Amino acid sequence: MIFDTANAHTFVEAFRFIEHHPGFLATKAVEQLELAGAALGLALLVALPIGIALGHLHRASGVAIGASIVGRALPSLVLIGVFLTALGIGFVNNMVALAVLATGPVLTNAYLAVERVDRDVVEAARGMGMSGRQLLRRVELPLATPLIFTGIRIAAVTVVATAPIAAVAGGGGLGDVIVNQASYRLAGVIGASLLVMALSALVWLALVAAEIAVTPRALRTNVVQVVEPREGAL
Amino acid sequence: MHDHWGDTLEPRLVEHIELTLIAVGIGFAIAFALALLAHRYRPVEHPIGVVAALLFTIPSLAAFQLLVPFFGLGKTTIEIPLVAYSLVLLYPNIVAGLRAAPPDVLEAARGMGFGPRQLLLRVELPLAVPSIVGGLRLAVVSTVSIATIAAFLGEQGLGYPIFLALKEPTPFRTEIYAAGVLVVALALALDATLALAGRALVPWARKGLA
Repeated sequence: MIFDTANAHTFVEAFRFIEHHPGFLATKAVEQLELAGAALGLALLVALPIGIALGHLHRASGVAIGASIVGRALPSLVLIGVFLTALGIGFVNNMVALAVLATGPVLTNAYLAVERVDRDVVEAARGMGMSGRQLLRRVELPLATPLIFTGIRIAAVTVVATAPIAAVAGGGGLGDVIVNQASYRLAGVIGASLLVMALSALVWLALVAAEIAVTPRALRTNVVQVVEPREGAL
Repeated sequence: MHDHWGDTLEPRLVEHIELTLIAVGIGFAIAFALALLAHRYRPVEHPIGVVAALLFTIPSLAAFQLLVPFFGLGKTTIEIPLVAYSLVLLYPNIVAGLRAAPPDVLEAARGMGFGPRQLLLRVELPLAVPSIVGGLRLAVVSTVSIATIAAFLGEQGLGYPIFLALKEPTPFRTEIYAAGVLVVALALALDATLALAGRALVPWARKGLA
């Protein structure tokens, strides 16, 4: 445990690095957000409809719940490596690898959110003569929105936090600075690490705010849930 | 894969297992203490959970780098983030487990003259085992996965052969696939071991008595 002046100096240098290269670092941050955004978008496009449909039909719970378990077991570095050999170096490979990571939480949460809507409420809606589609649109989706959003938040933070690792496979972003100590020295590496941390904290905060905004007032009890679903919910 | 087992993969696999077990062991001790605290003083339950969730949002690559000036490139730098990340999975599951005892069971135990300590040791903890094991399984799988990132700091764990292979102008497929398969197999094997241990610990659950 060594909090001496040399360490303090390293962090002072890191902040100087940030101060002296604002344009460069901003470009890198935007690159990282673009990669993360594209990956999240791809994951939402694939996983949301599947999760919601399976939840509505009460089918294939094994697949829907297994998705997040498999997702957790697959390390980002392995995914990036495997997709690199399959798709070549660059944006597409990294986007697909990160999208795979994001698919698990989105799919599982969307499924559970819709599947676990109170049976009595669903029965009542059917009794009122609602069709399957009306039931989904007017009852299940509104009630499921908070939990669906929790899944999106987990996925988004995972993707933003993992994106720097993609730098080893030409992913660009702030990770480029972190893995290149030879060019940017320790000050650059630490500076970029601090920014990466700030970036994912900001994304987390923004999505918590969004989550509160989309949650109907009556359901706002425990919005800032712990990031992961508990074992019972898995 | 056979040619490189002894010199490349085996030592990395052993390191990876070490990194994981130390992290989950320390993480469990901390999470258990925090959960007991939250069990006794309810108001702290939610704040601790939020702090654990916030820690989990710190990107692993950044966390490792930020600790290098303090702890160098060794094991300490790797273990601190791994321990911190395990809390978000362990803590809520232990708390939920401690809350799992039905009120009438607690009432009956109190009626039999159990004090708070006996209640914890003989009723609440045994009933918490399934949920605690559930948390440990999640934590082990997630730690095996995150420990691959330790490779960015040096020759550590199964991430290292992948990291090296990726740095080549034309990445070596064999090493990526071999190490990748090993990581996933390790996660599944540790998960299965814990699941079996959990079953052995709560024989009554199998008979459907609880």
